[in-house]
Amino acid sequence: MDFYFFNLMPYGALDLEYDKKYASANLLLPNSYYDPEEGHKLYTRYMDELEYADELGFDGVCVNEHHQTAYGLMPTPGVIAGALARNTRQAKVCVLGRALPLVNNPLMIAEEFSMLDNITKGRFVAGFVRGLGVEYHAMGINPAFSLERFHEAHDLVVRAWTEIGPFAFEGKHYHLQYVNLWPRPYSKPHPEVWIPSQGSEETIRWAAHPDRRYTYLNVYSPFSAVEQFMGMYRRVCEEDYGYEAEDRQLGLAVPIYVGETDEIAAKEARPHIEAFFNKFLRIPNELLLPPGYTSISSLKAIALAKREMLGGGKSMERMNDLGMFICGSADTVRTRLEEFQDRIGLGRMCTILQFGTLPHELTRKNMELFATKVMPHFRGRLRRPRSEAAE
Amino acid sequence: MTGIRTETLNVSGVALTVRRAGEGETLLLLHGANGNASWLPIIESLSARYDVILPDHPGFGDTDAPGWMDSIFDMAYFYLDVIEALGLESFHLAGHSMGGWIAAEIAVRDRHRIKSLTLVSSAGIWVNGTPMGDLFSWSPQETVRRAFARQSFIDEMLAYEPSEEEIGVMLKNRQMAARLCWSPRLHNPDLRKWLHRLKLPTLIIWGDSDGIFPEPYAHAYHELIPGSELEIYENCGHVPMAEARDAFLSRLLTFTGGAA
Repeated sequence: MDFYFFNLMPYGALDLEYDKKYASANLLLPNSYYDPEEGHKLYTRYMDELEYADELGFDGVCVNEHHQTAYGLMPTPGVIAGALARNTRQAKVCVLGRALPLVNNPLMIAEEFSMLDNITKGRFVAGFVRGLGVEYHAMGINPAFSLERFHEAHDLVVRAWTEIGPFAFEGKHYHLQYVNLWPRPYSKPHPEVWIPSQGSEETIRWAAHPDRRYTYLNVYSPFSAVEQFMGMYRRVCEEDYGYEAEDRQLGLAVPIYVGETDEIAAKEARPHIEAFFNKFLRIPNELLLPPGYTSISSLKAIALAKREMLGGGKSMERMNDLGMFICGSADTVRTRLEEFQDRIGLGRMCTILQFGTLPHELTRKNMELFATKVMPHFRGRLRRPRSEAAE
Repeated sequence: MTGIRTETLNVSGVALTVRRAGEGETLLLLHGANGNASWLPIIESLSARYDVILPDHPGFGDTDAPGWMDSIFDMAYFYLDVIEALGLESFHLAGHSMGGWIAAEIAVRDRHRIKSLTLVSSAGIWVNGTPMGDLFSWSPQETVRRAFARQSFIDEMLAYEPSEEEIGVMLKNRQMAARLCWSPRLHNPDLRKWLHRLKLPTLIIWGDSDGIFPEPYAHAYHELIPGSELEIYENCGHVPMAEARDAFLSRLLTFTGGAA
């Protein structure tokens, strides 16, 4: 199993009492809540943490894109990735991901990713996402065309990466007389692609297709749902596409906190992880799932799987039980990750070791304990499949 | 309800469900983003004088959307096909909310068969300095509070518990409304340029407490359409046919009856 360090860059200085006046830290929270002095300090420390992850031996450092929200301060993740490209040595620089449908010219994403791939000499992972539903409100893009735009933009980006230009691209949503990418990507045939997703069958089928074999990275689902989605990926590969999925095709992003003991871990993590789930991730359904963002049936399925997350008032214990947060001594965390690996054949673990308001010192300690006491255990460890009955 | 027939018209690859009642000159009613519920309760009253036709737009209610229905413009051209298919040579057209926008788009394209045009609480234009309400970010409860002015209506609507089937229709309507109206939100920036072409009897009806398209939208439409008449009801929200039912019906019948 490979390990990646994901930093969402939340506005950790957020006044957590905001929810007495506003329904969400997304979209509707006035930006008067943002203090640029605090913002500068946060960007500095978060980038220090990402660079430290490289020193600690993580296989990759990850950033992502969110708009008009205290939840994540990277509307343009390429800015951070560009700095990381120069200040890291061995870790892959991963942008997980850019929201293709939210831009009106996806060629700019092809260009940006190609620059990062060249600067890092191929030490780069390209993530493509549709963006959260709320971001269709934030960016004024019609959610009903989200899936169409995602596929069309993806095809444009991959063609721009792999075909010699200039050529014309005429789609339904994007119209370019000239596609002729300078620079071409460093990686052959193009940078590795991951698809972070909240879990929908359409996305899984598409990512697993033999032409793509992209890594499916599940985010924020209860473990039972993750198991179901990963099982679906493997099944689709085997039954519909006639190949066996490699472990590297399955990834999971999850917040983790390692302490010296279970008690210390719980005590230190509690206020910060509860702020993460209950304050930073607080989004009413109308904002999170705008009409047309998913099919009506998918919308129902996602709503059911996510009910726990969106319900609010979530305790750390509940999130821990659901497998949406992993917390404890190194021993405890190792045991749980072994279970993840063995039960679903997880190949890639994106650890979210900073979450919500977790301060710098505790983040560093968490990273150090994870890197020295958990990660080494999994180097070269192979999956030992187990069934429910065998436990 | 008696006398209301449900028919299916096959036009341009769409099996269009229409409610139809009465005899006389044709009055074509176009519903808003929320479906046919605004017009349905007054069809019977209108059918005493008119051949009333109320379609479920493609993608709404009992009509499924074809894959090509991407915009209000597609919808307007589709209805030009419907008008031809029905053989309507001369008819009255009235639209509510998003349906008013569709009616305006139809009429700027071809006004010659339209005897009169009634725009009720209509989408279609943007008024600088007066933001419209955001239907798509509101909870169902907030939408009711913004759409209606009178507490008795608000209480009645909030107390109503839709069936599973009705929830399905609401989701369907909402999905299609987003597809057609998300951006630019519920308007066409170019429509203003062409509203002067509506050289036909036009009536604009509005509620003074419309929380979706505030009253300045009524005045803007009135100024943009030469010779149009304007009727505004007090203490009335986005659905005047409900909140000012009697006055609304009487005004609509007088106007259409007097239209040459």
